[in-house]
Amino acid sequence: MHELGIVQHVIRTLGDVAEENGVKRIGSVTLEVGEVSGVVIEQLVDCWNYFRERDPLVAGAELLVETIPAVTFCTACKGEYETVRYGKTCPLCGSPETYLLRGNEFSIKQIEAELFSDGEESAEEGQTGETSTGGK
Amino acid sequence: MKVIELKKSVTESNDRDAEVLRRELKGRDIFLINLMSSAGSGKTTLLSRTISDLAGRVRIGVMEADIASDVDAKRIASLGADSIQVHTDGMCHMDAGMTRAGLDALENNGSRIVFLENIGNLICPAEFDTGAHKKVMILSLPEGDDKPLKYPLMFRESDALVITKIDAAPYFNFDLEAAAARARTLNPDIAVFPVSAKTGEGMKAWEDWLISEWEDWRDA
Repeated sequence: MHELGIVQHVIRTLGDVAEENGVKRIGSVTLEVGEVSGVVIEQLVDCWNYFRERDPLVAGAELLVETIPAVTFCTACKGEYETVRYGKTCPLCGSPETYLLRGNEFSIKQIEAELFSDGEESAEEGQTGETSTGGK
Repeated sequence: MKVIELKKSVTESNDRDAEVLRRELKGRDIFLINLMSSAGSGKTTLLSRTISDLAGRVRIGVMEADIASDVDAKRIASLGADSIQVHTDGMCHMDAGMTRAGLDALENNGSRIVFLENIGNLICPAEFDTGAHKKVMILSLPEGDDKPLKYPLMFRESDALVITKIDAAPYFNFDLEAAAARARTLNPDIAVFPVSAKTGEGMKAWEDWLISEWEDWRDA
């Protein structure tokens, strides 16, 4: 399943981000998903819910998804139109000479995170161990 | 809780691993080709013929990525090529990490072309960089000439399109010109090779392209 691999990549990337930013725990992750990126959001969320419990860094973290509508540009008439509705052929002039402007994105927009520097009173060493587990 | 803006592509960590692998393979003199197609498109048959035809000109290795089984790897090994079987355990594509692990299992050193036979589908493999130097996709004639319209990313990403099973043309309504034109609309630079691995028709053009791409890479 496609979404399974994607979620594993997301979690790996988050592990790197956590290490770079001194993140202790992630509360939520916001993804930007293009309408024609080929990702099924329901499956993505299911996979996320499965994997987040296996990594202390993202345990319990909420997955938020923002959809980016797909827009195609026509090189013949310079018009823009909705990709999902009309496909490859421009509805304005009928030309097939078109390309996707946006809608193929798949990125991690932002995370809500608790940093090590937020809670100074906790023991430093134990937290470092937690981060490296998350970074796998 | 603090909000950290990332704007990171999900495939970023894989892209980085792939870039490192690509450079390392140059040092090992391994020209890696990511071969992608639907299931049943004739990947193994195309490779078998290519291996036989090019015997003595270049050493060829094949990494078979399958969800399970080693049927294809046995077929390739029987031709005398280096064969590695990789199981993805249910994953629908190969990524750079899995590719590296597979290549590490290659015995002997020395110059060669290695084909990564990716998992049989036209969607996921297009999205993950495996570290390959070239990407080749196969479209078999029974699949229909409208596939570029349905799976644009695969066609956009590939350096070459091999249209297989052209000996079956009398039985299918497959418009070769239309398929090639659709592929070129998405990717003007794509090289298109209609072939029949069964009769040998068109195989020379494909093999010549392969050898010339390999030589260009080696001499670069």
